[in-house]
Formats: sequence, C-alpha cells, structure tokens
Amino acid sequence: MHTKTLPDLVRGLRSREFSSLELTQSFLNRIRQHRHLNAYITVTEEDALLNAKAADVRLAEGKAELLTGIPIAHKDIFCTLDVKTTCGSKMLDNFTAPYNATVVEKFNQAGAVMLGKLNMDEFAMGSSNETSYYGAVKNPWNTQAVPGGSSGGSAAAVAARLAACATGTDTGGSIRQPAALCGITGLKPTYGRVSRYGMIAYASSLDQGGPMAHSAEDAAILLQTMAGFDEKDSTSVNCPVPDYSAGLNKSIAGLKIGLPKEFFSDGLNSHIAATLEAAINEYRKLGAEIKEISMPNLKLAIPAYYVIAPAECSANLSRFDGVRFGYRCENPADLTDLYTRTRGEGFGKEVKRRILMGTYALSAGYYEAYYIKAQKIRRLISDDFKNALSEVDVIMGPVTPATAFGIGEKMGDPIEMYLSDIYTIAINLAGVPALSIPAGFIAEMPVGLQIIGNYFAEDMLLNIAHQYQQVTDWHQQTPKGFE
Amino acid sequence: MEWETVIGLEIHAQLATKSKIFSGASTAYGSEPNTQACAIDLGLPGVLPVLNEEAVHKAVLFGMAIEAEITPYSVFARKNYFYPDLPKGYQISQMELPIVGEGHLEIEVDGNSKQIGITRAHLEEDAGKSLHEDFHGLTGIDLNRAGTPLLEIVSEPDMRSAREAVAYMKTLHELVRYLDICDGNMQEGSFRCDANVSVRPKGQKAFGTRAEIKNINSFKFVEKAINHEIERQIELIENGGKVVQETRLYDSVKDETRSMRSKEEANDYRYFPDPDLLPVFISEDYKALVKTQLPELPQAKKHRFKDQYALDEENAAILTCSCQLADYFEAVLKDSGCEAKLCANWITGELSAALNKAGLEISGSPVDHKRLAGLLARISDNTISGKIAKQVFEEMWKSAATADEIIAAKGLKQITDTSAIEAVIDKIIAGNPGQVEQYRSGKDKVFAFFVGQVMKEMQGKANPGEVNKMLKAKLSQ
Amino acid sequence: MSLTADDVNKIAHLARLGIDKRDVESYAKDLSGMLDLMTRMSDLNTDNVEPMAHPMGQAQRLRADVITEQNNREKFMAIAPQVEAGLYLVPKVIE
Repeated sequence: MHTKTLPDLVRGLRSREFSSLELTQSFLNRIRQHRHLNAYITVTEEDALLNAKAADVRLAEGKAELLTGIPIAHKDIFCTLDVKTTCGSKMLDNFTAPYNATVVEKFNQAGAVMLGKLNMDEFAMGSSNETSYYGAVKNPWNTQAVPGGSSGGSAAAVAARLAACATGTDTGGSIRQPAALCGITGLKPTYGRVSRYGMIAYASSLDQGGPMAHSAEDAAILLQTMAGFDEKDSTSVNCPVPDYSAGLNKSIAGLKIGLPKEFFSDGLNSHIAATLEAAINEYRKLGAEIKEISMPNLKLAIPAYYVIAPAECSANLSRFDGVRFGYRCENPADLTDLYTRTRGEGFGKEVKRRILMGTYALSAGYYEAYYIKAQKIRRLISDDFKNALSEVDVIMGPVTPATAFGIGEKMGDPIEMYLSDIYTIAINLAGVPALSIPAGFIAEMPVGLQIIGNYFAEDMLLNIAHQYQQVTDWHQQTPKGFE
Repeated sequence: MEWETVIGLEIHAQLATKSKIFSGASTAYGSEPNTQACAIDLGLPGVLPVLNEEAVHKAVLFGMAIEAEITPYSVFARKNYFYPDLPKGYQISQMELPIVGEGHLEIEVDGNSKQIGITRAHLEEDAGKSLHEDFHGLTGIDLNRAGTPLLEIVSEPDMRSAREAVAYMKTLHELVRYLDICDGNMQEGSFRCDANVSVRPKGQKAFGTRAEIKNINSFKFVEKAINHEIERQIELIENGGKVVQETRLYDSVKDETRSMRSKEEANDYRYFPDPDLLPVFISEDYKALVKTQLPELPQAKKHRFKDQYALDEENAAILTCSCQLADYFEAVLKDSGCEAKLCANWITGELSAALNKAGLEISGSPVDHKRLAGLLARISDNTISGKIAKQVFEEMWKSAATADEIIAAKGLKQITDTSAIEAVIDKIIAGNPGQVEQYRSGKDKVFAFFVGQVMKEMQGKANPGEVNKMLKAKLSQ
Repeated sequence: MSLTADDVNKIAHLARLGIDKRDVESYAKDLSGMLDLMTRMSDLNTDNVEPMAHPMGQAQRLRADVITEQNNREKFMAIAPQVEAGLYLVPKVIE
C-alpha cells in the first residue's frame, strides 16, 4: 500500500480495496519500524487512528473530500492545535499551539489523516537537518548521509514511505534541496500562493510552504489543497487556484527552456552536469527548445540572502522570550537575565549565529551597507528572473552542487554549508515558484533537477515535471530496505 | 542671561476603533487582564498581522484636518527592543514613510494666534501594561492594550513656553475629538504626551540639548512638568553644568522630573520594513472621499458662530470646544427659535454649571436640547422670567417633564395682568411710608427694595418689566 | 571585515542572547566569514536601484474594523511559564 501514488490511494480508499484505518496503521507500523531515521519528532498515533476511523465512516457514506483517509505528516513548523509544535527547537519543546496553521486546517478540511510532526532544522535554519534539537535525520538512501534541510524529516519520511506525502517549507531551498537529496518531488510555490498563517516564521518575505511527494502528480493534489487566499495573511495573494491535476497531461512540445550559463559554469560538479544534461535531453525529445540564457546577478544571491534572512529572523525570533509560552530559564535573577538565559539556553548555535548576523546587519551604522544593499541586489536578481522568463517559459538548473554529504561533514564550517544553497536561494529572493524532481543517481545517491517558472506558473511546472515522469522512472525508485 | 525655551510635543492618540490595529480583538478599556489579548496581540508563534482599515481612515482624516500631505505609499516598520509589555520583541510602527506628512495647527494664546508645525503623524500599535503591584517580587503583565491603534503626532519644536505647549495640546485634543478619531480620555491613557524640552540663550539660533519628558497625562501636568524642566535646565547650565540628552519621567506627586534610562543603554531600535505587511497605498480617490467626510473644524466653527450668531469670543470659544456642545447649541437654537445670545448664555451658564457639578459631558446631559429649547421659548415669550426659568430648569434636571408641564403644575406662569400687579403695588406703597419718603427725597436705591417686595408678594411670577414700569409711575405720583 | 569578541558581546546583548564565553571567539570567526561573503555585494554598483522588500509590488490589504476574537485567556495562559491572577509574571520591571 505504501508504494502507491496518491491517485491510487484515493481510488483504493473509495473502492474499499483497503480502509483508511489499514492504510494509517501500515504507515504507523513503518514509522515504528524505521524509527532510527529520526524523521518524526511527534507521532500522533491515537489521533491518527481515530481520524482514520472517522474517514472510513465518511468514505462509506460517500461524503469523501479530496484527501479523505490519506495519511500525511506535517513539518513541525506548522502549528497544530493541541499537538506539540517544536520547530525543531528546545525553545518550543513544551509548546502546544492553541490553533492550527491555515495549511493544517486545509488538510484537515480535505480529510487527510495526520500521522505526526516531522523533524527539521531548528527554526528552519540549516541545509542538513543537523541543527534540530531532536537530532539529525538520516537519509534513507544512505543512513550515513544527511537528508538535506531544513525540511529533512519531510523528505526522508516521503522517500522512506513513512507517510504518503508531506508538507515542507522553503526559505532558501528547504523544500527543493532535501527533495533532491532524498529523491522525491518538492515544490516551492510562488510567494503568497500558500498561506503563512500558523507557519512559524524564519524569514517572512522568503518563507513559503509547499508539497513534498513522490511525483508531480501527487504534488499537484497536495498543492490543490494548500494553495489559496487567506485573509489572515497580509502577504497571501488573492488570485484563482487552477486545477493543477487537470493540466498535467498537456503536451510540452514547443516549450522554451532556458539554461542560465551561471548555473552551468565550470563550478558545477561534472557528474551533476552529466545527469542534468541527460534530463534536459529527455525534454528535447519531448519537443522542448533549449536556450542558453544569462542571469548575471545570481552570484550575489548568497550574500544578499544571508543579510535579508538573518535580519528578518533576528526580529521574528524576538518573541521567544520566556514570558508567554515556550522555554523559560530557571530562576531568572532579573529581566535581562530572563531574556538572555532563556534565549541563550533555548536556541541552538546556528539559530544564534543568524540572530547575531541579522542584529548586526540592522544595527545603527550598518543598515545601509548591508540591509539596503541586499534589498537592492534582491531587486536586480528579481529583474534577472523577469527578463529571463520573458525570453523562455521555464528555467532549468541544478538543485544542489553535489549529492547528499555525510552527517557531521560540514557542521564545523557554516559558510561551506551556506554555499550549498547556491542554486536555490535566488528563487526565494525573486519569489518565483520552483520545483525539484528526481533526475538520476550518482553513486546510488539521488540527484535533483530544478525547474523554475514565472509567478503563479505552478500548473506549468507540475505539467512539465509530470511529462518527464511519464518517460522516466527516477521518481519511482525506492531506497533499499524501504520497499 | 535671558533664556528662551524650545518645546516640541509627541502626542500619542489612541484611535477609537472597535478592534485592534492588526487583530480582531476588542479595544474596549477596563476589561479583566489579558481577556482581550488574542494570539496575534500575544505574539504567539506563526501568527500574522492584518491592518485595520478604520485605523488608516482615521489617520487620513487627521492628516486632512491639519492640511498635511498624505503619503501615497506608506510603510510599516519594526522597532526592535525587549520589554515585557511588548510581546513580539518589536513594535510595529512607521519610520521612513509615515502615513501623514507635514502639516500644521493653529493655536491661540492670550488672544494671539500662532501656527505650530506638525512634522508627521504615524500609525503604530500600543504596548501592554506592566502592573507593579507586588506579586512576590514579580511584575504582572496585562496585554489587553497591546495592539490598540495609536496615531503618534510629532510637532516641530515651535513652542516657546509651557503655555503654548498646553494650548497646542488642547487644540489637538479638541481636534481629534471633533474628528471622532480618539475619545480623548486622558485618565484612561487615550491621549498621552511626551515633551521635548530645551533652553537656549535668547537670540541663539542653534537648539540646546533636549530632554524628553515622558508620562504626562493631563493638561495641568504638562504645564507643570515643562516649567519644572525649564527651571532645572536653566539652573543646571547657570551652575556650569550641561544638559544631557535623556528621557525623564514626570512625577506628579513630587512635581519633579527624574532621569529614566541610564545613558550607556543607548537605544538601537534596528528599524526595518515589516516583512509581514505590505506598503499601504492611498489613492487620490480615497483622499477625495475622506475630504468629503471632514466635519467643520473647531476654528472654522468658532468664526462662523461669531459671524452668523453674533456671539462674543468667549461664548463662541466655549460652545465650539466640543463638537457635541456646538451641535447641542445649534439644535436648541433651531428648536426654540430664540435669540442666539439667550441660548448661548443658558448653555454656557446654567447648563454647563449643572453638568460640571454632576461631572457629566454634554452627551450625558439629563436635559436634552428639545427640553432646553422648550424652556427658553417660554422665557422668550414672557411666560416666565429668567429667575423662574432657573427654578424650572432645576426641576427639569431632576425629572423628565417638559418646561410647560412644570410651569403648569407649579403655577409658575408669569402674571401680566396689570390690575393684579397694581393692587399689590398699592399695598406695598401703603405699608412702607418711610421708604416711600426716602425714595421721593432722592434715594434711588430704595427702588430695588420696592421691586423685591412686590416680587416676593407675587411669588416671583410678576413680569419684572411691568412691575418696574408701574412702580416708577406710582412712586412719582 | 572582521568582528572582535567585543563586537559579538555587544550584538548578543542587543539581541538579549546569552552566549557561552567559550563560544564568543568562534561566533566572531563565523560572523567575520559571513561578512566577507557579503563584501562581494559592494562590487556591484546599485546607486539607482530601488530596494526590494517583497517579491511582489502589492498593496497592503485592509481588514474591516470588526471584533472577531473572543476571550481565550484560559487557553493561552495554560501554555505560559508563570501566570497569576490572569497576568503573565516576569522579574520585577524597574523604570
């Protein structure tokens, strides 16, 4: 059951081939069996079984919604009513949200059954899932390797079939990079497409929730549920949500694909380059035209991002002060002690590093040189995308500079870690949608292909990805031991 | 040396919206602690702000009233600092692009008018309250007020005395209430003032170092606090000291200001645009619409009252100090058909005194404009005298009866029947030969004695004009 | 550009972030490394570029002035570290 696609699961449930309870039970068993992956922070077994039973009743009554009875797991960044939400941090180890994130609410409305909350880098700051207070997640393809991050738990859980599908969030690559490293399909929608309400903020102008699944077909169903206007989020965009599944089978003959020469320069690992070349060749066969383009400001995406994201996070994380919720230090001597010790003890090292960086970049005397400068660069990068996407329909490129690295390998060098986000970060700065699909393997480790589209062109991205997945089977591979 | 004072005021006016600036929680004052602090006000993880349209509307209305430029594209920024009454660790405010730009306000001091520049007015959220009662050595935090919309109105350093500062504050207070954008309740903290005060030798162009005085919440204290601060600064400089730029707190009990924050704790608020909120666009159409909603403003109304109703400066000023009072006056005038002066005198005299005594605003007056008009109409048509009218008014204050009902029930109708008055006059003249002798020998003052006696005999109901006329005739016979 | 331990301590205080004394040097090194990365930005002339705060040039949406939230104090206080008489408690605030 656990290897079926979402449409097959939906059909199976409706035709009573299996029940939601059986399906849910089977995933819960797998979660228990593969606990060593550390993909979950919280497993909500009791609630899941109750909800599965309720879903079976609705299925029997013929009152099923889009996802009724489908087991899903959420990144632990989405607030869940009465269920612990930790954001991978000691700071929130004791935090139970008094509300649901809009995304969670939408999945509940659609009838999905939540299996639990997935591990992640602390406050979504990390590219390896090693900054989690709950420990590193292991990559199902090689348990010595990282699954990527920050949605590492989501990617590992989907790849290892510990959930039928999952949610993730992407601020600088946090959906696409782990999707690539774990061999699954991950989509970061257009900024404003998916509500941020109840999604614990890292960098508000960059954060975006999205689906993590086995295929574009599955991702389309998830996005259908997640996307849409939310009046609780000022940055949510009020524009119609297309039928994502309906557009999957359109022909892509004549599609114009741009390859930025900056992505394919000498710096790109030759194995990755060869894998991407093969993938792009498939697109040629499907009738696409390939064109080299240039996006000259991409090289400044990392420095701009590492000013903007930390600046926003330094303020976003000020609310974790030990007064109204979350961790509080023991016996504070005075107010300053309460703040400094609560925050000093509650946050991990990477979070502190970014808070310090952001605080510095915003402080008197540096604001213009760092923050304003970074915002100007952001404009130039965004213009690069606008120009490129007026010439071509989509842009393709790598997701990561290499396949998954070893656990512990880069923890000593944060800058090295930051540089691994080189191909994903610019997309968040521009706010355009992008997805990562499995495109091959290097030494038995998955490689992702990134497809970047224009604002609100998620339907086009899913269509393009689906067409590739009709002629390849990279997305159907299962890591050994998880079949 | 002769010193000149330079004062600029920052006024925080709570905007009278039903819900908070960024959440749907109530702004009502005085509820149980933390019962009006929702997840957004508490800054719980994941929640987001959405801007209240009425807060924007009220800010634009204010901008229009002070003839300011309304910023077509204004931006919310985060002001970062840690304090327990500030749940998110930052206050959502406006820094570089405030919604209201430069404007001005006309004030009057001792009959001279002066224009005070307003630098800007921006929208921001209020903080909660720290309660310093002792909770085993801890402080309690109530976040009901957190997120209440504030309009911070910043003046130019254009005031030169504490009296000018008070006049400015009063004029602004009057304006926000006219516009119905703030209830102006200073006890509840709806209208608060910080004053920037400095002194310089007269004639010097450059400003002296200023101190900011916080927490002045009444007109009386503003004057006292500023005067105290001026004295302190002059004394300090004259004794060879230097004023340091700092925040001082006014202690109304001790009537002094004291330093509030230590100097080394230099604030670095790290303002930056709030990424959870988008820029606010104010269109020309919107501005045009709001312009049509502007009420007649206090100054204009005062001038009109003087011109249209021939009122003196004092009455016009009192009647226009609140929009409700001015409306009441005009309603009484219309309903009674009396002379404007009579209406004005009654409202600024009898009615205002009664309201003051009862601690009521005009909106809470037990005598509505219809009943007062009914009373004044009876004075006008000589049914009762002004003196009897006061008696009737007292009855009206206590009951719901109309003037006519009271006059009828108590038989207060004025006697204009000359034969009845004549009979009484004859009786009084006959009974007081000594006083008659005095009057006739030229002691005019005794005349009042006769009037009093006649009125007393007639229980005040005689028409005073008629009594005067007839008495004079009889006494000189 | 490089930051000193003293700089780190100042920023940490501004952010009310307790930092282990033993870690100050390593933070100084990491932050200096980040700043080096950022100096690349200054190579590009951006004089006539408008700063971009948001991906899309949209306007703030306005919410009707309606009370939508009810008293939920009990639920909120249940997740707080220290409360009494409906108040959040903190070490004494001295003004």
